[in-house]
Amino acid sequence: MKELTYPFDERQIRALKAGDAVEISGLVHTGRDKFHKFFADGGKIAVDFRDGALYHCGPVCVKAGDGWRVVSAGPTTSVRENPYEPKFIASSGVRIIIGKGGMDAATLAAMKKHGCVYVQAVGGAGALYAASVKRVAGVDLFEEFGAAEACWHFEVEGFRGVVAMDAHGNSLFDKVASASDALLREIL
Amino acid sequence: MNTVEKLAGLIRETSSSLPEDVESALAKAKRREQGGSSASVVLGTVLDNVRLARKLGSPLCQDTGTLAFYIDASLRRKVSPAVVKKAVALATTRGYLRKNCIDSVTGKSYDDNCADGAPVIHYVDWVEKGCVRLVLKGGGSENMSRQYSLPDSTLGAGRDIAGVRKCILDAVVKAQGFGCAPGILGVCIGGDRATAYEVAKEQLLRSLDASGESSDAVLRRLEKSILRESNSLGIGPMGLGGKTTLLGVRIASRPRVPASFFVTVAYMCWACRRGSLKFKV
Repeated sequence: MKELTYPFDERQIRALKAGDAVEISGLVHTGRDKFHKFFADGGKIAVDFRDGALYHCGPVCVKAGDGWRVVSAGPTTSVRENPYEPKFIASSGVRIIIGKGGMDAATLAAMKKHGCVYVQAVGGAGALYAASVKRVAGVDLFEEFGAAEACWHFEVEGFRGVVAMDAHGNSLFDKVASASDALLREIL
Repeated sequence: MNTVEKLAGLIRETSSSLPEDVESALAKAKRREQGGSSASVVLGTVLDNVRLARKLGSPLCQDTGTLAFYIDASLRRKVSPAVVKKAVALATTRGYLRKNCIDSVTGKSYDDNCADGAPVIHYVDWVEKGCVRLVLKGGGSENMSRQYSLPDSTLGAGRDIAGVRKCILDAVVKAQGFGCAPGILGVCIGGDRATAYEVAKEQLLRSLDASGESSDAVLRRLEKSILRESNSLGIGPMGLGGKTTLLGVRIASRPRVPASFFVTVAYMCWACRRGSLKFKV
């Protein structure tokens, strides 16, 4: 298990290999469909993503006093952000994308060029990931997009995942997909 | 406790507590995978999550999904659509459900998860007397459900059980990485397009234990062989590789007209949230 702590160091990120199990600690920002479209359309918020982590997640959060309690916060499917992610990686300097299902070749190439990895979180493990959020540091775009699509700023501890796309151009998904395709052709 | 509170309790229980047969299938799968592998790490995380969600009574997945109620028809008055909607709204306020219901034309959120057609409510004669059954099915898995029409020349699938098998295996391979494997398949062979999707989804109510196997010998054999063959493809939990791609397969058939032969696959993620509640009748 490799430990990664915000701010994420480019050399450490580039040294990761597809298949490595990791635990992430520190600041993680959520952003999904509306967030990506917002940036692609030229929108701006006062958040510095450089050396940071972006999490494809639409959490369940409930108000608790002045702050928030995160009830469930697992990953959402990442492919929907394929059209936007290469540009976001290039312009933001983000080092880790967390999500599920992996992303396309253009995103993989952008990761290689800019020093970024894709971490597969476990789909459905919402309660466990919520428990790894120690504090909600803030939220942007809440009024505009609602709770599930807002950009939440989570302080996490021991957030578990597997590097599925590394900064060397390797994707675990591609490897498994081509192997399983070959096996399927054999048994059909 | 009044009916609305009881139903809100059912929603919380269903959202936070995975059925025993599913949890035990996951635990068995974890033992089969090599220690330290991606598959083992993923399944370990899944099982930790299942235990934590149950302990906290929190949604085990943040996508609390489409709510589908299957209600004994004799409860139509006591458990009316209005009563069910009140319970759904209450469960949403309490954080048992995400605000998860969007108007498809305006894009606006129905913040109480209630609208025309939401939640989905079926009054049926095939659940136990006095019973309300509930399934929560997330969008990631719903997007992986498919319908095939035989013959299918790209798959080389003809109008027989061998053709049906090819369709189902194709659906498994196409779902990799996306459907939150290890998944569960509900399958309907035949029927018309609309009914077949309903029937395929209903199969997800059946237990993964031997008690849930098909009583038809041909379908039972097919359930077992599809499970074995899918798990030999190396797709694994979350599509990261491994021995566990499916936890179970449940198949039913419906008659068809001569011109149509549909194979319909309802893909369910490992978070197969089903619950039930019994009223005295």
